[in-house]
Amino acid sequence: MTAVAAAGPENILSVRDAKKHFDVREGLLAKKVGNVYAVDGVSFDIARGETLGLVGESGCGKSTVGRLVLRLLDLTAGEVHLKGVNISGLTRSEVLPYRREMQMVFQDPYSSLNPKLSAGSLVSEPLRNFKQGSSAEIDQRVQMLFERVGFKREAMERYPHEFSGGQRQRLGIARALAVNPSLIVADEPVSALDVSVQAQVINLLIDLQEEFNLALLFISHDLAVVEHVSHRIAVMYVGKLVEITDTKTLFKNPLHPYTEALLSAVPVPDPRAIKEKIILKGDVASPINPPSGCRFHTRCPHVMDRCRSEDPVLQEKEAGHRVACHLHEPG
Amino acid sequence: MDATRTDSPILQIKDLRTFFDTRDGVVRAVNGVSLELYPGETLCIVGESGCGKSVTAMTILGLLPKPPARIESGEILFQGTDLLKLDEQEMRAIRGNDISMIFQEPMTSLNPVLTIGRQISEVISLHQGVSNRVARDRAVEMLDRVRVPDPHQRVNEYPHQLSGGMRQRAMIAMALSCNPKILIADEPSTALDVTIQAQILDLMRELRDDFGTSIILITHDLGVVAEMGERVLVMYAGGKVEEASVEELFHYPLHPYSEGLMTSIPRLNESLAGDGDRVRLQEIPGMVPSLIEQIPGCLFAPRCSYASEKCNSESPQLAEHRKQHYAACWESSNFAHRLESPTP
Repeated sequence: MTAVAAAGPENILSVRDAKKHFDVREGLLAKKVGNVYAVDGVSFDIARGETLGLVGESGCGKSTVGRLVLRLLDLTAGEVHLKGVNISGLTRSEVLPYRREMQMVFQDPYSSLNPKLSAGSLVSEPLRNFKQGSSAEIDQRVQMLFERVGFKREAMERYPHEFSGGQRQRLGIARALAVNPSLIVADEPVSALDVSVQAQVINLLIDLQEEFNLALLFISHDLAVVEHVSHRIAVMYVGKLVEITDTKTLFKNPLHPYTEALLSAVPVPDPRAIKEKIILKGDVASPINPPSGCRFHTRCPHVMDRCRSEDPVLQEKEAGHRVACHLHEPG
Repeated sequence: MDATRTDSPILQIKDLRTFFDTRDGVVRAVNGVSLELYPGETLCIVGESGCGKSVTAMTILGLLPKPPARIESGEILFQGTDLLKLDEQEMRAIRGNDISMIFQEPMTSLNPVLTIGRQISEVISLHQGVSNRVARDRAVEMLDRVRVPDPHQRVNEYPHQLSGGMRQRAMIAMALSCNPKILIADEPSTALDVTIQAQILDLMRELRDDFGTSIILITHDLGVVAEMGERVLVMYAGGKVEEASVEELFHYPLHPYSEGLMTSIPRLNESLAGDGDRVRLQEIPGMVPSLIEQIPGCLFAPRCSYASEKCNSESPQLAEHRKQHYAACWESSNFAHRLESPTP
């Protein structure tokens, strides 16, 4: 993990050794009794126009990473750079101008849209907040956005409850795009949707990303969806990245035993596919008391002595392919 | 799967209609569904939220509150008895004993103030009339059977002390404790993580083979269908639109909705086949219709690219288009022709 200087000009987002620990409190006086090591040293970059998929199981810290990137949570340690500016060091008011550059698409389109605002106001609200143009200009942009995500003009007058799940998600996307951001964090944007409308939203996200040249951090537990939308994929396990590489390489040549098991565990919609499944024993480790050494050692089929005591470092195995595993250490 | 079956079904549903009376009108949640379940087989019911798959399951077990639910018509024959004609007491003797169910969210279907052991042994002593001691021993045995580690200790724990995967195992232990003939599993692995889902599906397969239980597996995940099912039933907006063996359905889908479901999901490992470019997914335009409005013709017609005049006016009936392969679609013959060669 090199220092901050690695944040090259083409990278929209650079995350360096980001950590987020939450307190575990107990008792009447809420005495601090421990830490949740939700995110424990995560580094990655996203270039302009690139989608990085972040996968992992529930509780692995992937959503926390998304919130740290957007400064919805403050880092415990580490740095987040947006277009070369270290936004983790800024105060709340200093960070405001940078909020326009990064927007979020949420999982649940039912709870993330204000039910009392019409669809038109929902999309124009961020534009007004950031004072992006005169009211005529704002109207024009909102109309353009509505058309772009596939709504008629009349839809602007309607309220969120009048939209279906898929339509609300498109509304959420229009709202995120309104202020012309460079980075979008999409946290499980299709997992609350029905299968038949997922495709509509996935296609729209991909199209808009290419059209607006967005950097996209796509967080999901669904490997098939992540594979479909991402240029590169990062795999997370209990607060740490275990592997990161381009999509094709990850599926063709997964190096980390956890990645391998994860890929083999996905049910494939083809009855003729014969698959050797790697069925992991036990449960996902807890981020409150993470195992010593490699956090995966309690479930790993290839566990060695040193895995129990030595935490493997994420390092480059081949060009652009980084993995944190003692099996794949050079030399 | 045999094309012709000589054994008789263990469960037979005939033209079931389950409606709900609501303030906005009558919701036709299940509207004329028939199915047969044979001994030892896994039948999958696949469809999206609101298609009526869970309501069908709840109707079998008589778990729906009436009102608002109402059985408009139909028969549910279990070993010759119509379950819809039984009173609550008779139904109770069947539930958990001959037919049991596991749910999507084990936390909400387990009692939070009773230990796991107490909940499992309660079922056993109730249906088998054995002493508490014997029932408790059997509970430990069942937990061990579903591979809960340290069953002697776990039996004294409360649901909140167990992880999601462990809770689902405890649910399965409870459901199988009386050796039921039928297990209804409603999205049993949906709330679980991928690696835990693989464990649970593996366990269900093993238990089916060991106990010879017939399983009705309700899911929205075509991957789970392909891995677990022998026969599959596709539901859309309260009706059955297609029924076939799993192999048939995946390679010769005869209903445009089934085909749409299969082409609209991203496939794992697709990046290995292409040149690295992202391909567009096939979209199914529009959305699921309201179950309150009475729509003439095929309910899928407004979203269907093959729809003809007839589809908008006349409701298609289920017909056998290929051997043991049924679809409710006017255009199936044209559609099937197009699929002469199996989809890759």
